[in-house]
Amino acid sequence: MVYFILKRLIQSVFVMLAVALIAFSLFRFVGDPVSQMTGVETSVEDRERLREDLGLNDPFALQFYRFSSDMLRGDFGFSYRTRQPVSEMIATRLPATLELGIVSLIISLLVGIPAGVFTALRPRGFATQAILLTTLVGVSIPTFVIGIVLIFLFGVQLGWLPTFGRGGTTDLGGWTTSFLTVDGWRSLILPALTLGVYQLTLTMRLVRAEMLEVMRSDYIRFATARGIPYRKLHFKHALSNTMIPVITIIGLQFGGVIAFSIVTESVFQWPGMGLLFLESIRFVDIPVMGVYLVVIAFFFVLVNLLVDMLYILIDPRLRVKEAS
Amino acid sequence: MLDVRGLTVKFPSRRGDFTAIEGVDLAVKPGEIHGLVGESGAGKSTIGAAIIGLLQPPGYVSDGTMTLGETDLRSLTPSQAHEARGDRISMIFQDPQTSLNPLMTVEDQLIETIQAHSDASTNTARNRAISILEEIGIKNAGDRIKAYPHQFSGGMRQRVVIALALCTDPELIIADEPTTALDVAVQSQVLDLIRRLARTRDIGFILITHDIGVIAQVADTVTVLRRGRVIETGETPQVLGQPREAYTKALMDAVPRLDRKLDRFSTPDDGEAPSAPALTTGIDAEDWLMEGAAQEHLGLEVRDLSVRFAGTRTSIFRKPEAYVALDRVSLTVEPARVLGLVGESGSGKSTLAKAITGLIQPSEGVMRLGGEDLPPARQRPRDHPARRLIQMVFQDPYSSLNARHRIGDILAEPLALYGLEGDKAKRRALAAAMLELVEMEPSNIDRYPHQFSGGQRQRIAIARALLARPRFLICDEPTSALDVSIQAQVLNLLKDLQTKFGLSILFISHNLAVVRQMSDDIAVLKSGQIVEAGDSETFFTTPSAPYSKELLSLTPAMPY
Repeated sequence: MVYFILKRLIQSVFVMLAVALIAFSLFRFVGDPVSQMTGVETSVEDRERLREDLGLNDPFALQFYRFSSDMLRGDFGFSYRTRQPVSEMIATRLPATLELGIVSLIISLLVGIPAGVFTALRPRGFATQAILLTTLVGVSIPTFVIGIVLIFLFGVQLGWLPTFGRGGTTDLGGWTTSFLTVDGWRSLILPALTLGVYQLTLTMRLVRAEMLEVMRSDYIRFATARGIPYRKLHFKHALSNTMIPVITIIGLQFGGVIAFSIVTESVFQWPGMGLLFLESIRFVDIPVMGVYLVVIAFFFVLVNLLVDMLYILIDPRLRVKEAS
Repeated sequence: MLDVRGLTVKFPSRRGDFTAIEGVDLAVKPGEIHGLVGESGAGKSTIGAAIIGLLQPPGYVSDGTMTLGETDLRSLTPSQAHEARGDRISMIFQDPQTSLNPLMTVEDQLIETIQAHSDASTNTARNRAISILEEIGIKNAGDRIKAYPHQFSGGMRQRVVIALALCTDPELIIADEPTTALDVAVQSQVLDLIRRLARTRDIGFILITHDIGVIAQVADTVTVLRRGRVIETGETPQVLGQPREAYTKALMDAVPRLDRKLDRFSTPDDGEAPSAPALTTGIDAEDWLMEGAAQEHLGLEVRDLSVRFAGTRTSIFRKPEAYVALDRVSLTVEPARVLGLVGESGSGKSTLAKAITGLIQPSEGVMRLGGEDLPPARQRPRDHPARRLIQMVFQDPYSSLNARHRIGDILAEPLALYGLEGDKAKRRALAAAMLELVEMEPSNIDRYPHQFSGGQRQRIAIARALLARPRFLICDEPTSALDVSIQAQVLNLLKDLQTKFGLSILFISHNLAVVRQMSDDIAVLKSGQIVEAGDSETFFTTPSAPYSKELLSLTPAMPY
């Protein structure tokens, strides 16, 4: 078990190195950093001196080493656009995206899993067909349309909920959270719903498919033949077996939510990482783009690591194999 | 105790109701083991499912009465029926690997089942669970009960399954193929256990199986089924010993005998049996094969072959311990003869087949085909002649044919792959002719594998192997997935083809009776080592190794 986690950690380090390499190449080879920093009137000699001072004439490997070790120390460089340290910019934006992602994940799980179980247990019912059809419509519509429809409905027509920004936030030593004020929650609902709808459908359909499969399995038939009460049969025997493959996908999806919340964030003007990334693209703010890449990759790796550990926790077959 | 009269089960479909079971009568007394025997599709499992009330929808009981003691099973409400399940009627399934919830400990599953039917406290339930596990022969039950299902071996797992069926003290247990997935040694232990439980606890058993040997060994009474109807019923010695009905007789004849070798199996005259097609085009395939057969007969020699698999790594500092699948195995398949390879599951039979076909890399040893060196997997190029000369017929005909290809394409593939026939039209003609040779309609060539039964698929698999013009055939459990009558047909076919074309065959099976019928020589494999090898008849009459003797004595003999 320890060995297994260690193996995964080492793999993660290599993944992060590869991503850092890509981010670094972006930084180094897309455009010329010196001409990005200097104006037209800078002389060629000055440029050369700057180049030498910044170490841009050093060998590639040395530059990459410097880049990675700076990253490790949390020194992400400066934004071209705002001249602020990138680490600060990320730190102010990250909580917004993470909170949005977590809430939308929770929505999708809270609705998706029960709905998946329900539709699996009554595969032919009217309600099942209705749910399947509505959610199909839900995924077929692009995220931004859902966002705009929600804004129109709840923001403009009914006027119940704010349509942009984070509303009231509280600063908890560098981490601004929307969770502590009513206004913050109100602002969170629409974007989280928008981001969660796709997730929800996916989770539900996945749970349903797996559950149908599990319900056909021999151990469920055997448990039925032993007269185990149906509630236990469905929610203890069947659901836990259903969740094993579902967890992997949910984990991957959560990474995806963090990474691709861009559309939702721009629809709701949500001050998160995605919006930051969009602004950076517009201004060719390469340092921010590079760091964004590395941070997102880090979350992907982290979530996958967590999923692997959850796996061991749930499935005794893996646990024992690793231990023996 | 259990009394079933005129049971009829129907499955509604678009073209009207399909009657799966019709007018079946069945009676089981306490302490009696009642065998239900028949081929696949006979409706054995459907009867069991109807009694316990777990028919797969949309199937339903349309007629008949079922009473257990004083209770009318048909008049129970769904929730009453669910309470009766486990409490009064239990079930044992075929595959112990899949019938236990992998995520729960044996303890949790046992306690949960006991508490579902009584008000026992968790402690009482645990004590009862432990005593039941001890009763059915699990040593150290107090500790073992904490284990998860995968920590038990196959036979032990089936014991746990039996314990689960038993822990609520039911009156009737329906055992659906309880030993089919087990090795002979384990099978005989489980059957002994079932018999003991029937005697000591006065539980009635319905034993559903296609294996007549199992019925002969333990059942007190037996019902023979065919296509949802009762053919014959009565005391086991009478039904199997002096069958009144022709079908029972034919079924008995199709069972491979362990005690003597027959030239051919007699096959029951079944609807599915191929109506011997006119041998017009089949001759073409025969001629074509004969051309290939003009080559000399090739034998195979294996010397000191070892196969090791990497074990799971447990530490970074220790090298993972290798698992030895084959340990210096030497055997010889004489040219144009059949070598039967027997052994329990996990003994390395299939590993040997894979090493010979070049699918896995042996760690050491020499293989020679017809006197020439046969390079091991990694050194054997894709176009090495042995890749054509050695062909394989697999165990499971359901997964060994590509479901997305037509039969014609499946059969023509070896012809194109090995460059045996350049012309597309000729390839198709040969494929059709070969179908005829394996006693199937050549017009089947444009159909898909799922349109055929298991036996027919296995014929197609044989035809595909033959179309490579092989000189050496490896048959890995070719009939273990088939019914006895179909098995008899396929074995007859294999035998005919072998003698006609002088093929050398490595015939792998765990079924000793089948091996006796098929092979000239025999080799016994145990934990990756050859225990005994030699002439087949000598082996069956006077086995020398203790393990061989044990194996032979455990195989259910047919006293009738």
